[in-house]
Amino acid sequence: MASILPGAPQEGIGYSFSQAAPNAASEPRQHSFYPYSDNGGTSLGISGTDFTIMAADTRNVSGYSINTRYSPRLYLIGGEGPENKGARIVLSVVGFTADGSALKERLDNIVKMYKYHHGKPMSVSACAQRLSHLLYSKRFFPFYVSAILGGLDEEGKGALYSYDYVGSYEREQCRSAGAASSLIMPFLDNQVNFKNQYQPGSGTGHNLQAVVAEPLPRERVTQLVRDAFTSAVERHIEVGDGLQMMIITKDGVQEKYVELKKD
Amino acid sequence: MGGFDFSNHNRNVALHAKGMPLPKATSTGTTIVGCLFDGGVVIAADTRATSGPIVADKNCEKLHYIAPNIWCAGAGTAADTEFTTALMASNLELHSLSTGRKPRVVTCMTMLKQHLFRYQGHIGAYLVVAGCDPTGSHLFTVHAHGSTDKLPYVTMGSGSLAAMSVFETSWQGNMTRDEAVKLCSEAIMAGIFNDLGSGSNVDVCVITPEKATLLRNYITPNVREKKLRNYKFPKGTTAVLNEKVITKEDISKYVTVHELQDDEAMDVDS
Amino acid sequence: MNHFPETWGRPRDDVYGPYNHGYLQAPAPNQHTQSPIVTGTSVVAIKFKDGVVIATDNLASYGSLARFTDVKRLRKFNERTVIGFGGDISDMQHLDRLLNSLSIKENYQHDATDEEDTDGFSADNVHTYLSKVMYARRTKFDPLWNHMLVAGLDSDDEPFLASVDLLGTTFSSPSLATGYGAHLAQPIMRKVVPDEDAVDQVTEEQAVKVIKECMKVLFYRDARSLDNYSIAVIKKEGVNLKLDEKLENQSWQFAERIRGYGTQVN
Repeated sequence: MASILPGAPQEGIGYSFSQAAPNAASEPRQHSFYPYSDNGGTSLGISGTDFTIMAADTRNVSGYSINTRYSPRLYLIGGEGPENKGARIVLSVVGFTADGSALKERLDNIVKMYKYHHGKPMSVSACAQRLSHLLYSKRFFPFYVSAILGGLDEEGKGALYSYDYVGSYEREQCRSAGAASSLIMPFLDNQVNFKNQYQPGSGTGHNLQAVVAEPLPRERVTQLVRDAFTSAVERHIEVGDGLQMMIITKDGVQEKYVELKKD
Repeated sequence: MGGFDFSNHNRNVALHAKGMPLPKATSTGTTIVGCLFDGGVVIAADTRATSGPIVADKNCEKLHYIAPNIWCAGAGTAADTEFTTALMASNLELHSLSTGRKPRVVTCMTMLKQHLFRYQGHIGAYLVVAGCDPTGSHLFTVHAHGSTDKLPYVTMGSGSLAAMSVFETSWQGNMTRDEAVKLCSEAIMAGIFNDLGSGSNVDVCVITPEKATLLRNYITPNVREKKLRNYKFPKGTTAVLNEKVITKEDISKYVTVHELQDDEAMDVDS
Repeated sequence: MNHFPETWGRPRDDVYGPYNHGYLQAPAPNQHTQSPIVTGTSVVAIKFKDGVVIATDNLASYGSLARFTDVKRLRKFNERTVIGFGGDISDMQHLDRLLNSLSIKENYQHDATDEEDTDGFSADNVHTYLSKVMYARRTKFDPLWNHMLVAGLDSDDEPFLASVDLLGTTFSSPSLATGYGAHLAQPIMRKVVPDEDAVDQVTEEQAVKVIKECMKVLFYRDARSLDNYSIAVIKKEGVNLKLDEKLENQSWQFAERIRGYGTQVN
């Protein structure tokens, strides 16, 4: 339709439609509506030799108000029925809760359909990649969430995957996401991966031997998680009310709930 | 010369236009309240100071002294409430010395509103002014733009609605001192637990014609729970890349000492 | 004839005069709700041991004008579900239509009067339905400008209370309030039901009392509110919906001694 485009050859008699119609539809529309909100929340995952622990606070906020003191942020993925019986994968989503639950429902459907089609449960690594694709499929209208996926890999070792909101992902030992992640992550680097810790007297200057990171026992990790959250509660206004924890082992998923400060 | 220095204003406007964000001030996203009772007035505040979503101070003091019989609770920009009340405290002291009378609450309120109105809201001080003077017990709110209000019970700050819900359900006329203290602390607690900008403890100040009593940390409902692990590092955990020891004797090299004559001695008490 | 095939057979300006461009233009873009127009204010609700109490006032505001003073913002869906609407009234009426057709379809399959037939929608199903509608509309950048509370009983006949807003955000709590109610009424209700365990200790009378107290505080302090309100109690026995209640026992005692705003004495 060369003649409709501006700059098309104009000759002879002027035809009414050869002038490009002022096309309101092609101009960017102004919306006063913003389709996102931030409901706060902080999540954290640590993987060990034969377990993965996932944790998140349960406070849901908007602005300076508390929507509810108990909205779970950890979801079981896969398993049987609406109760996800026998599920071995846990997803945590923080950020915009409406996107979070939409994402969780999509992933849950996919994992359940996988078992229906293939007759075996989806592996964590496959599930992790599928989640990345789900996030990237909405690259230009993203799910406004930070996701962490936890489970056990094919060898029975703890597996933990963290995501940005458009699907870039990575397997890690530990990760914190959400509102107070900038408070918790340095603590985890120091206490789980022993960053900035050296063996006293092992040398001088650059010859000092760094403390080598080793997988931590479950009891110690649980304590670290609780201390991370009680400390985040002290210094971040959006963190509080309750702490939901899920520990994934070969025997299943064990759920725990601890109260946090409510101010 | 006193007053504010505006010499960086044009530079800052230009920087801001180029996209530099404004520096973040510590704000006391706050719950503050006040309530009159038979024979005096109570004001109360929470003790959380925030900078964005981060708690800057878990136990700050938002009840400010203005005069022996006048106290003030402040919300808004921490520095503004601090300096405005300090300025009023100085001026009222001078005024009282010059007149030989006890300062009055209306005087304080009028000075505050005139000062704040002059700055058109740029001084972000939101105050609850309370006190007792020879004309009686008084309670005012002063907004940053200079408007004032005179009511038997008032609330301010981000938790003002939560606190007001308590007053609107439980306030009654002719309360006793203890009833007023209880009502005010209940109102602050509503702010602490329902408003994210408010938290930690309850401070109360009771003012009667005889004296003002500050009840610092009157209620502490948010004591930090004990950490499960011990985070003491063994000595030598942090890498020392190089070391330089400066002895006390070495320091004297960098200091010059002048002996003062007796008549040059600094005056401190004249 | 020229070399632009798309012009062939079209009217010529020199013969028929300039063409009216209005006919050629693409149809105007869909008009979405960009901001609410006629609005309702807060919805408040609280659980008690046998059910839920929910209330809204009967005002529809047009900006700061109290435009309609007898608009019912509580809607009974069935014998165990009531929905309270805040936000845009026209979008509320659209949702009402959606819920009507849902309920008609539902009633073809189930007999609501038959006590054995308990497969019909319970409150949590209605809430899920509404949350899907709201999230789908926000994803289309064409939101329904409402914030709703769904109150009733779930499939196990346990008290159910949850919220949906224009973004599709959902959450549940022993007490909920929208709009100004979230700031003014929630602190009052949370003192009665701080957590799910406390719900079992609350009687219907206590719940109704606290909701009436909340409506009073909202009338005192929300400038877009009214002293006429609707209140519903949802229990196993069914829904008790009252649509024209009047606030009682207001107190303006504080006003007696107010003189001016500053230095005025008389």
